[in-house]
Amino acid sequence: MSIFINRQTKLVVQGITGRDGSFHARQMLEYGTAVVAGVTPGRGGQTFEGKVPVFDTMADAVAATGANASVIYVPSRFAADAVYEAADAGIPLIVCITEGLPVLDMTRVMPYVRERGARLIGPNCPGLISPGDSKVGIIPGQICLPGRIGVVSRSGTLTYEVIHQLTCHGMGQSTCVGIGGDPIIGTNFIDCLAGFQADAATDAIVMIGEIGGTDEQNAARYIAEHVRKPVVGFIAGQTAPPGRRMGHAGAIISGSSGTAAEKMEALKAAGVAVMQRPADVVPLLTERVGRA
Amino acid sequence: MNLHEFQARALLKRAGIPVPDADVAETPAAAERIAKKIGGPVVVKAQVHAGGRGKAGGVKLAKNAAEARERAQQIIGMTIKGLRVNQVLIAPAADIASESYVGIIVDRASQRAVLMVSPAGGVDIEEVAATTPERIFRLAIDPRYGLLPHQAMAMAFRLYRGVEQARQAATIMRQLYDAFWSAGASLVEINPLITTPGGQVVALDAKLVVDDNELERRPEIAALRDTTAEAPDEVRARDAGLTYIKLDGNVGCCVNGAGLAMATMDLVKYYGGEPANFLDIGGSSNPQKVVTALQIITADSNVKSILFNIFGGITRCDDVANGIVTATKQLELGRPLVIRLTGTNEQLAVKILKDAGFSALTDMDDAVRRAVELAREAA
Repeated sequence: MSIFINRQTKLVVQGITGRDGSFHARQMLEYGTAVVAGVTPGRGGQTFEGKVPVFDTMADAVAATGANASVIYVPSRFAADAVYEAADAGIPLIVCITEGLPVLDMTRVMPYVRERGARLIGPNCPGLISPGDSKVGIIPGQICLPGRIGVVSRSGTLTYEVIHQLTCHGMGQSTCVGIGGDPIIGTNFIDCLAGFQADAATDAIVMIGEIGGTDEQNAARYIAEHVRKPVVGFIAGQTAPPGRRMGHAGAIISGSSGTAAEKMEALKAAGVAVMQRPADVVPLLTERVGRA
Repeated sequence: MNLHEFQARALLKRAGIPVPDADVAETPAAAERIAKKIGGPVVVKAQVHAGGRGKAGGVKLAKNAAEARERAQQIIGMTIKGLRVNQVLIAPAADIASESYVGIIVDRASQRAVLMVSPAGGVDIEEVAATTPERIFRLAIDPRYGLLPHQAMAMAFRLYRGVEQARQAATIMRQLYDAFWSAGASLVEINPLITTPGGQVVALDAKLVVDDNELERRPEIAALRDTTAEAPDEVRARDAGLTYIKLDGNVGCCVNGAGLAMATMDLVKYYGGEPANFLDIGGSSNPQKVVTALQIITADSNVKSILFNIFGGITRCDDVANGIVTATKQLELGRPLVIRLTGTNEQLAVKILKDAGFSALTDMDDAVRRAVELAREAA
């Protein structure tokens, strides 16, 4: 078991013939993900790697293959339209890896996706992986291990760091979700926390936040009320100066709000074990769920 | 990307918003000429990407053109929050009957553009939010329909009792929303929006921040970037596809990924050091980026040790290793280097570094602790 993706996931890769799309489509195939189709306008009828049919449109791809998830690698200027196209084709899970989407585009994308009943993960995210079952996105498969810890994060390589620590100590993961570092994202901490709480195959949750916005504070309130499984949390950016955008578009302390300190306080108040550094993840989890 | 006030005023004016005629000067003589043309008292305002210009002495009143020249002389060349003032705006000093605040931001929680208005204008809106939050009114705007006339009117009545002024303010709010979208802004503010003794509603100041992700499709907005008003090392980093922010410490950091870069800075602090910078070399595997990153870090004389923290995913460790070897052939680092690499092609990277006489660690904590120690010994 896992959240959002599993062995039944049938994936379309939007932008499969591009540089990033083709590289990661190959990685996902190697990992064992059921990549059933690719879409690149003008390349319909071709075959990718000798086995994945390529279509001109998402509608064609879904009609021919019954795909139920898509992952987007197209350049940023086409990415919003790729999300609209996936939603119109009836895809229930859309994962947008592409970074650089204008935030005003996202204010239009979000209601569109919601009205069609789809879930968007990202944009500007590494995607997700249910180790051993399915990988959608760019999280390196070799650092993961099947197991019972759920991981949710706003970051990319910092997530890999934490997953790596878990794997090195034999603590496998049920699902790892990178929700993305932009100010407006399709899936937030609460969506993932709710999923992990309901997932019978997840025993404990690791959440990795960062400065900017109030998503972690909202997550803390949600944890206090609804999450019964142990949660271990980390907030990046304790040393970040206010008013500066720390790489991620959403990682900025505005005035005095969105600091690491206030987020760490909120998590502690909700009963979350807060890490001081990434290496604390294993000891804190061990205290709560015992040895792996 | 921040725009200067004079650039933001021009965009608002183009949207139809009443903004008094004003002009920018790079010399005191030009300031005097503009003030003469305006006639009467003027305000001389530093054009710099920093808040709190007034408090820093960057905004001054002048009774006449000669005084405007003196004020410009004082302000041009001064430094506000580390940024040099190259230009001043000369604007007519307005008679003010009342002041208010109107702004639009992208709100993360509602995932919409939000119109914010307050009758407490002319002061820092963050301060109003902190002390008298009940004096700020908000409206989340549906992007499909935009700011509807009756919505703007209701917000305008928060600022004015008289219907004449309310109508003017409502029109300005709708024009501001148009300007916000057409510039691809993440924030636009008029502070203050004033009423003149004659009853005209006028924008006296303008602030506009553009979403960096909009620049590719808005070349006319991208062309407004004033690189002379930004920190030179940050401009250079951006041109090379890196994100660099200078800090005050002495441990130089070079990391792939923004989250890991922040966590690395935090770990430097955890082990008793101070990070000299935030630097994200991004997800690509271009050795030249590593070279530029090292050039920028070594140009900071505060740096006493340099720390690489690379978690290879898409980024290949061997590419970073090659970049380090190339860079150290090209430039004299002059400080100890601590390298941590793990992930994709880690073994190959370790070999490349070993052949060039470097050693590499695989544990993040070990590497950070070492870099902090080395910086302390050198300090």
